Amino acid sequence: MDMPAQSAFTGEQAGHDRKPAAKVVARHVDVFYGDKHAIKDVTVDIAERSVTAFIGPSGCGKSTFLRCINRMNDTIPGCRVSGEILIDGNDIYDPALDVVQLRARVGMVFQKPNPFPKSVFENVAYGPRIHGLARTKADLEEIVVTSLKRAGLFEEVKDRLGDPGTGLSGGQQQRLCIARAIAVEPEVVLMDEPCSALDPIATAKIEELMGELTERYTIVIVTHSMQQAARVSQRTAFFHLGTLVEFGDTQKIFTSPTDERTQDYITGRFG
Amino acid sequence: MQPHTIGSYDADLRALDRLVVEMAGRAEAALEDATSALFDGNVQLAQRVIAADRLIDALQHRVEEKAISTIATRQPVAVDLREIVSSIRMANDLERIGDLGKNVAKRVVAIGEQPASHKAATSLVPLATRVREQLHAVAGAYARRDDAAALEVWRADGAIDALHTSLFRELLTYMMEDPRNIGFCAHLLFCAKNLERIGDHATNIAEIVHYMVTGDTLSAERPKADESSGVGPNLEPNRT
Repeated sequence: MDMPAQSAFTGEQAGHDRKPAAKVVARHVDVFYGDKHAIKDVTVDIAERSVTAFIGPSGCGKSTFLRCINRMNDTIPGCRVSGEILIDGNDIYDPALDVVQLRARVGMVFQKPNPFPKSVFENVAYGPRIHGLARTKADLEEIVVTSLKRAGLFEEVKDRLGDPGTGLSGGQQQRLCIARAIAVEPEVVLMDEPCSALDPIATAKIEELMGELTERYTIVIVTHSMQQAARVSQRTAFFHLGTLVEFGDTQKIFTSPTDERTQDYITGRFG
Repeated sequence: MQPHTIGSYDADLRALDRLVVEMAGRAEAALEDATSALFDGNVQLAQRVIAADRLIDALQHRVEEKAISTIATRQPVAVDLREIVSSIRMANDLERIGDLGKNVAKRVVAIGEQPASHKAATSLVPLATRVREQLHAVAGAYARRDDAAALEVWRADGAIDALHTSLFRELLTYMMEDPRNIGFCAHLLFCAKNLERIGDHATNIAEIVHYMVTGDTLSAERPKADESSGVGPNLEPNRT
């Protein structure tokens, strides 16, 4: 019997009535780097306006999967993605889709703060300017100030907006990169180990910020710090050897995970 | 289960486990000796139980210290977290069991050696035996991480409550027979209550073991059959 592909989704979702709406929906995603099968049949719903954490040992595929969500993998030669990733129900691998527009909707923050070699102001103003989000200089200034405020950085840099962004401390640079990412009003912010190069205080500030950002944005974070995943996220996904082993409420994952591999990993019993 | 990559973490958890097992052993011994002292009218044994209680208290402090330092240094999660939290809760219940055993021992000292009390005291034997079995079974369930055995203890608590209720009625009849019985029978009533409370703590421990092993809490209403609060001196059999 032929079943319309859609009915399988609705059937699955019917079982999770209480969950918030899914912003990003991935179905049977596989990723290959040449012959290497990096992601194997990953299906996941990422809830809107929440923090979802991806954890797992190095090489488990968590960053690879994160990079599928804004098609960063497109830039890697020999990389092939199959399956389906939908944002608000729209297929982001649709050939007609403008990737630049997609990346404006799905921002990204990296492990090492990477401000442009320009002023603090220009770092944040760059995105809105090229995407034509500001009609006047005043508009642009407002966007920069608002973004810096949302990134919790404005008070610290308001007197030196003209100074080079690279002159800020590591934690400030990372918040500058977050301000830059949110200046174009993305819907989803991907963070790939955003605190691994920061000290505990700067880390705490970024974590605090993540909580505030969920008022407007959907956040997906890859982290090696299990404690960070436990602190900041509402849902946690554990990846191992390219498969999604377990995905569920963070509290459940860290108190009584279902899968033995998850338990072994988070308790520090891995091979 | 696989060992931790950091071996000293396993050593911490083992040390904690050993402390709890030792506490359970001492709590069992306190109950055993206190009830033996009661049935044999052995005041000296009762005094030893009273003196030994501080060892159980000291063990509880050591469990707490070890648990707190392990939480602070290891940031435990999942099964490790459940084990550590359970050890703190177990230590609490075991310390209470030690106190209740001590209370029984104090009553033995208070009753002293009255010939008439002996016959009445033996009426507590079935209750004491049942409570000892429950505590022994649940301590074993903890040591083996045996959820099925813990659940068996949990379900069996109703029998203790029923024994306590019938004992209450029995002691009341002794008191009504002869007012000279009232003094030691009142002490025996307290002993019975203490034993029944130990049964409740064994049930608590069964719940803790279940949580530790499965991660689930036993939410259902506990089996209860203690109707002694409905028993009056007129002893109408069908009052409740």
